[in-house]
Amino acid sequence: MCLAIPGQVAEIVDPATHIAKVDVGGVKRNVNIGLLVEEPGGIDVGDWVLIHVGFALSKVDEAEAAATLSLLRGMGEAFEDELEQLKASDIG
Amino acid sequence: MKYVDEYRDAELARTLGSEITALAEPGRHYKVMEVCGGHTHTIYKHGIEDHLPESVELVHGPGCPVCVIPMGRVDDGISIARQPNVIFTCFGDMMRVPGGNGSLLDVKAEGADVRFVYSPLDALKIARNNPDKEVVFFAIGFETTAPSTALTLMRAKAEKLRNFSVMCNHVTIVPPLMALLESPDLRLDAFIGPGHVSTVIGCRPYEFIPADYGQPVVVAGFEPLDLLQSIYMIMRQLAEGRNEVENQYGRVVPWEGNLRALDILQRVFELRPYFEWRGLGFISQSALKLSQEYADFDAELRWDIPGVRVADPKACQCGEVLKGVIKPWECKVFGTACTPETPIGTCMVSSEGACAAYYNFGRFARSKERAGA
Ligand code: SF4
Repeated sequence: MCLAIPGQVAEIVDPATHIAKVDVGGVKRNVNIGLLVEEPGGIDVGDWVLIHVGFALSKVDEAEAAATLSLLRGMGEAFEDELEQLKASDIG
Repeated sequence: MKYVDEYRDAELARTLGSEITALAEPGRHYKVMEVCGGHTHTIYKHGIEDHLPESVELVHGPGCPVCVIPMGRVDDGISIARQPNVIFTCFGDMMRVPGGNGSLLDVKAEGADVRFVYSPLDALKIARNNPDKEVVFFAIGFETTAPSTALTLMRAKAEKLRNFSVMCNHVTIVPPLMALLESPDLRLDAFIGPGHVSTVIGCRPYEFIPADYGQPVVVAGFEPLDLLQSIYMIMRQLAEGRNEVENQYGRVVPWEGNLRALDILQRVFELRPYFEWRGLGFISQSALKLSQEYADFDAELRWDIPGVRVADPKACQCGEVLKGVIKPWECKVFGTACTPETPIGTCMVSSEGACAAYYNFGRFARSKERAGA
């Protein structure tokens, strides 16, 4: 649960409840972007974010997202577990 | 392409390693605490210590949210999970944490409806879909995770979901650091500050460490090179006689933190007067509970919980491990009675726990050798 995994915002699903669909290495799931709506420039389709327990925690650039993803892939099991849990998640 | 990157990284790591060595004063021993369990994981996974001179010792800190949950709180959670009509939800890591009398996984095996969830919002959805059940979320985590629980509670309140409640075990990072700095058992030289927690709280809350204790703090990212660079920044401060909070992870951590998240925390939670930490004992103002405004969603008010303090098993030395006083392999049951499959203490449960990190990556052999054991 301590991981923060990078994903790219694919769609703003519901602006009222701050739900967005993000793409995490091909897996698309809903997350909450409510913590980032006051970021400079807001948050929009195409942005990269770090996701922690179903919430986007910070906005990052593409290079940072790529570096984080390769670090996580190297973690093996811990990352696989986190991805499996994300896949099972059904936030709405 | 990947090969080139790896090669470049190895070169950089070597360079940083020799610069750190050059900064180390002969005859001086340096103890640097990495506060965050995520850092502990990187350190052992990537053999960071192999790049450091013998005189620079990394000490693991208390920043693993699963590790610090005391037995009594697990028992309190279990007592709710056993109530009829309850669906009890928690993060997967929490399931195997031993309480005084078994874990949530054991209670599940006995027939209680215990489910692990990826997000508190998944727990909320379960509540929505099961209006005739009571759904409880066992919340754990530092300031990284607490805003997620807070936003979930705000949503529950907006939806007037009456069958959802939270048993709050959120903790705050600064009070245990203060307790460690005051502890006579341990003399540290500097801190590697946690990365994700700091995205929420920013860097200012650490300023008391240089100001009052004269020790540098460098907030660090999670890649091997981030850690080496942070240690280099610490060694430079020490060599130049500076004590400051520096931010190595500026690409993710804003100096002021996430003001919106901090505001949300203020609204939904209040500080508990004190909270028990596994192995560290009671620390004042070190944890959060639901504020008055959210009292209707507080599982501790909805159910009678035993709320008793349960002493850690005699063999367990997690407290010393969490304080960095002993290395995981120095615990008598490490790797024998206590393994990730049958954990006695919490540090062996989560992959961020220092004992699990040592166990999984087998680096303890080297540290043992260095300590001359
Ligand atoms: S080996 Fe087990 S009991 Fe000993 S400190 Fe580590 S987790 Fe705790």
